[in-house]
Amino acid sequence: MSSKYHSPNMDRRSFVKIVTSILGTTMAAIVGLPMIQFFISPALNKATGDDWISLGPLENYPLDIPTPFSFNLTRVNGWERSSQSYGAFVLRQSGTDVIVFSDVCTHLSCRVSWDADQDSFFCPCHAAFFGKYGEVISGPPPRPLDRYETKMEEGQLLIHFQEG
Amino acid sequence: MAQSIFTWLDERLGLTEIYDTILDRKVPKVNWWFTLGSASLFLGLLQGITGMMLSVYYVPTPDHAYDSITYIMTGVQFGWLIRGLHHWGASLLILTAFLHLLRVFFYGAYKYPREFTWFTGVFLMIGALGMGFTGYLLPWNQRSYWATTVGSEIAGTVPVVGDFILRVLRGGTDLSAVTLSRFFAMHIWILPAVIIATVCAHLYLVIRLGISNIPDRDS
Repeated sequence: MSSKYHSPNMDRRSFVKIVTSILGTTMAAIVGLPMIQFFISPALNKATGDDWISLGPLENYPLDIPTPFSFNLTRVNGWERSSQSYGAFVLRQSGTDVIVFSDVCTHLSCRVSWDADQDSFFCPCHAAFFGKYGEVISGPPPRPLDRYETKMEEGQLLIHFQEG
Repeated sequence: MAQSIFTWLDERLGLTEIYDTILDRKVPKVNWWFTLGSASLFLGLLQGITGMMLSVYYVPTPDHAYDSITYIMTGVQFGWLIRGLHHWGASLLILTAFLHLLRVFFYGAYKYPREFTWFTGVFLMIGALGMGFTGYLLPWNQRSYWATTVGSEIAGTVPVVGDFILRVLRGGTDLSAVTLSRFFAMHIWILPAVIIATVCAHLYLVIRLGISNIPDRDS
């Protein structure tokens, strides 16, 4: 072997090792990093919704009894366009004084229902009870039921649906 | 004749050696609790085989998932059997694997030099739970839908990164077609690939290091 091709610093074997690891790492990164992005990308588009939903005339709702109302919104997830159902409870206190609760349990997002016998909202998933004003009576929820922002327009009750 | 064919093959493939290493290895005097690892392996194989069968008819989309399972249960001959084995086998596997974990723990079998056997085993336990979590959504019925809602919300309670984890799990803010299809991918491709590799490592270590004695009063 001619010595003119010999480096004093590195033999052929270590050179090949280094080049192989650099090439290998580069190839793995070229394929691997986009794969991470590929997998998580649907999570990066935050759904945004901002709508005033009409719940009809306030007179439709009885005084002092939480009354359910449901509405549908069209949602796009990935390739799927679907109609999703949302629920609310209207508690009309007096005249125009009204509270609208979201029916989403503040614990882990199951849906609550109004239990007239117990005079409370009940979540079946982990046996949580909320009082008429949404306050936690018992069970695991960390905070009272969420409330929608409301307004009256031409005799109609509207709630502000926001997401994101 | 058969003997000479076997000898010819054995000389080239080392069959006797494989048999001796894997099945004729020396084991201490043990009891029935030591069968739980093999039981878990058997159930895991059963899950794999019945799962492949189910994928012949199952379709992971909101429009068809529930109906395709109804078809498996009512329209396909022995569909009830294959799905029943997969359904009950899943719970039984969690049970045997967990009892296996407890046996190893209480016999102190995780100690030197078997720490890595324990690590891979704990990893497999988590993998099995992951299979349970992702498989539970696939029937796309009310129970799966709400169980996954609650399950992903639990992941969402992690401080700081919780909301991100929740959205990665769901593939967006809502539980949707995207969620179903990524849970399916996790269930039949990604987790099985990871689990098979880890089972190989686990078995390699069990065979290489052997299994430990039942601890006695002196140890």
